[in-house]
Amino acid sequence: MILKNLRLSVVLLLICGLIYPLAMTGVAQVVMPTQASGSLIADANGKVVGSELIGQTFTDPQYFWGRISSIDNNAAGSGSNNYAPSNPALTERVQKDIAAFLAANPGVAQADIPADLLTNSGSGLDPHISPKAAAIQVQRVAKARNLDPAKVQALVAENTEGRSMGVFGEPRVNVLKLNLALDQLK
Amino acid sequence: MDFIQISVVLVVLLLLAIPTGRYLARAFSLENTRLDRAFGGVEKVIYKWSGIRIADMTWKQYATAVLVSNITMVAIAYLLLRLQGMLPGNPSGVAAMDPLLSFNTAVSFLTNTNLQHYSGESGLSYLSQMMVIIYLMFTTPATGIAVVMAFMRGLTGQRSIGNYYVDLVRAHTRVLLPLAVVVTLLLVAQGVPQTMEPTATATTLSGAEQQIARGPVASLVSIKHLGTNGGGFFGVNSAHPFENPTPLTNVLEILSMFLIPASLPFAFGFMTKSRKQGWIIFGAMSLMFLVFLGIAYGSEINGNPALERAGLSQAVGSMEGKEVRFGIAQSALFTAVTTAATTGTVNNMHDTLTPLGGLVPLGEMMLNCVFGGDGVGTVNILMYAILAVFIAGLMVGRTPEFLGRKIEGKEMKLIAIAILAHPLIILAPTAIALASEMGTAGISNPGFHGISQVLYEFTSSAANNGSGFEGLGDNTPFWNISTGLVMLFGRYVSIIAMLAVAGSLLAKTPVPETMGTLRTDNGVFLVILIATVVIVGALTFLPVLALGPVAEWLTIR
Repeated sequence: MILKNLRLSVVLLLICGLIYPLAMTGVAQVVMPTQASGSLIADANGKVVGSELIGQTFTDPQYFWGRISSIDNNAAGSGSNNYAPSNPALTERVQKDIAAFLAANPGVAQADIPADLLTNSGSGLDPHISPKAAAIQVQRVAKARNLDPAKVQALVAENTEGRSMGVFGEPRVNVLKLNLALDQLK
Repeated sequence: MDFIQISVVLVVLLLLAIPTGRYLARAFSLENTRLDRAFGGVEKVIYKWSGIRIADMTWKQYATAVLVSNITMVAIAYLLLRLQGMLPGNPSGVAAMDPLLSFNTAVSFLTNTNLQHYSGESGLSYLSQMMVIIYLMFTTPATGIAVVMAFMRGLTGQRSIGNYYVDLVRAHTRVLLPLAVVVTLLLVAQGVPQTMEPTATATTLSGAEQQIARGPVASLVSIKHLGTNGGGFFGVNSAHPFENPTPLTNVLEILSMFLIPASLPFAFGFMTKSRKQGWIIFGAMSLMFLVFLGIAYGSEINGNPALERAGLSQAVGSMEGKEVRFGIAQSALFTAVTTAATTGTVNNMHDTLTPLGGLVPLGEMMLNCVFGGDGVGTVNILMYAILAVFIAGLMVGRTPEFLGRKIEGKEMKLIAIAILAHPLIILAPTAIALASEMGTAGISNPGFHGISQVLYEFTSSAANNGSGFEGLGDNTPFWNISTGLVMLFGRYVSIIAMLAVAGSLLAKTPVPETMGTLRTDNGVFLVILIATVVIVGALTFLPVLALGPVAEWLTIR
């Protein structure tokens, strides 16, 4: 009985734990190598600048900023502070970030800051912000780069994805792709 | 738009669940079917390699086989975790896991819980992700499916309760492996990595160095959902853009984890030759689910009043701990589904849910029969159905019968044990943890939410769910041992008790249906069933819910 169970367990171990994932890796790497390797983005010199799916930290005024990340978008790990809604540390962090954001973005009314921009994403690696969170940064970015705000706004529109199949999820802007597009304007 | 996108997902699920239910009933039939021609060849090879002879089992043989095979699997898993530092398939150089954490992890994946006290990026080698995690992610839902098939055979009075090894193998070959292959490839197409290359290094636009962990992710994420497992490749599970990159993958993952639990009631309907019976069970679970979903969505879209007061507009809802691509609708739906199907995968951080939003996953895991995990959830609701028959029968003075078999003292004792075990292994350890330094040391959020964190950890363990209020500092000897034991009791007490019930019912002579029989396939019974579940659950758990989420809600509303 024990021997029989051991044999069955090993057979299933080989099928599920080895053959299946390795075969899937093989097929995925041949058919969809870019996605299967992590959707990495390389610059003109072939140097990897990040992954399309993984957020990066931007603090320079000439770049659009992403969401709050307690792990500083370090994708060797993932996570957040897991602040409960009633945790005073959450309220404190948000108040501090509102003040900092308003100071760096004169002309933006506090009520216009959408919640996604100053909250920590679940993964700490969210690559997206809402279109509204991008819109309120246009003036700052345009000024820092000496660009026409209309041109920057157009670039935001170009980099805005709608809902999937028109129904699922939320409209969003990929911050890394938008900033790459900004750099290419020069 | 939120209403539409949630409705579309649920309608698609229903359309998939009915044919899948019919397929499951046929795939596990004791008679010969055409499916034997398609899968029989592969299965014969597996039987031959394993030295298995196919013969009907008694319930005791079946239960023994479940236990011995599960002990073998957990031993293999434990050894691999302890040795991963020396084994190949470890390009990022991960060290061996310590003994207590290995115990917790092996038990967690064996019991279909997938509670994770480690973080996948740094705690597991690629080989362990495949040969421990992916392996158990197949075998444990397969065990659950086997058990529910045996249980339903007993209830419907078939030739015997079947053969565990045949059921186990068929769950792999006829259900989980084919589905996993399809879902894996769809996930990769959307951007989920599937590679053996080590962590990538990038130089960001700001000039900093960024490490990007990756690996054979898609092959794990597919079976994580199909098998209602829930343990993520990465620490943050399906909130990670590599596990769940787009709203489409989110929908696919929701459908994957809900498919088998939602189709089993229909399979039951086909097996009893009364489709209405299947619809009544499905209807009872669906109504409870829709109420929970409504509370979760309503609470999250209202936002966090504390942040509103701090000056951050909550017009788009409570976004702390959520991802922009999912927003409130896809997050609330995912949360309601993952704790209904007791998968435990998360696409947003449950610790950061608004108080009443957090009450939803807790409530679903406490009832433990709002669909439930692959196999075991259906066993639980059928157990409540028998209890409902018994209570209603006594109230109106009719002999309690379910599907033509008398419910007597022996069955009721076994069911009472299974139903009482669940609150006992949640509330007793929660009380001990809250009263001791070892337990309270892990709490990361102040106030009433700290109680919720501890309660959630044990509820999730007992329901074999595996999600967490992840702020809890849970990789300590206290948490590793206590939740390990709770997971074992949560899984095996009810499995063995219900196999015994199946064996006992099968041995009885069927009684013909008369005017005096309480019908179990109409609306009245649906109401009685829901009332039974809700009353038992409410009596047991409302006091502790008042101390945690409800009290927190009162402080910030």
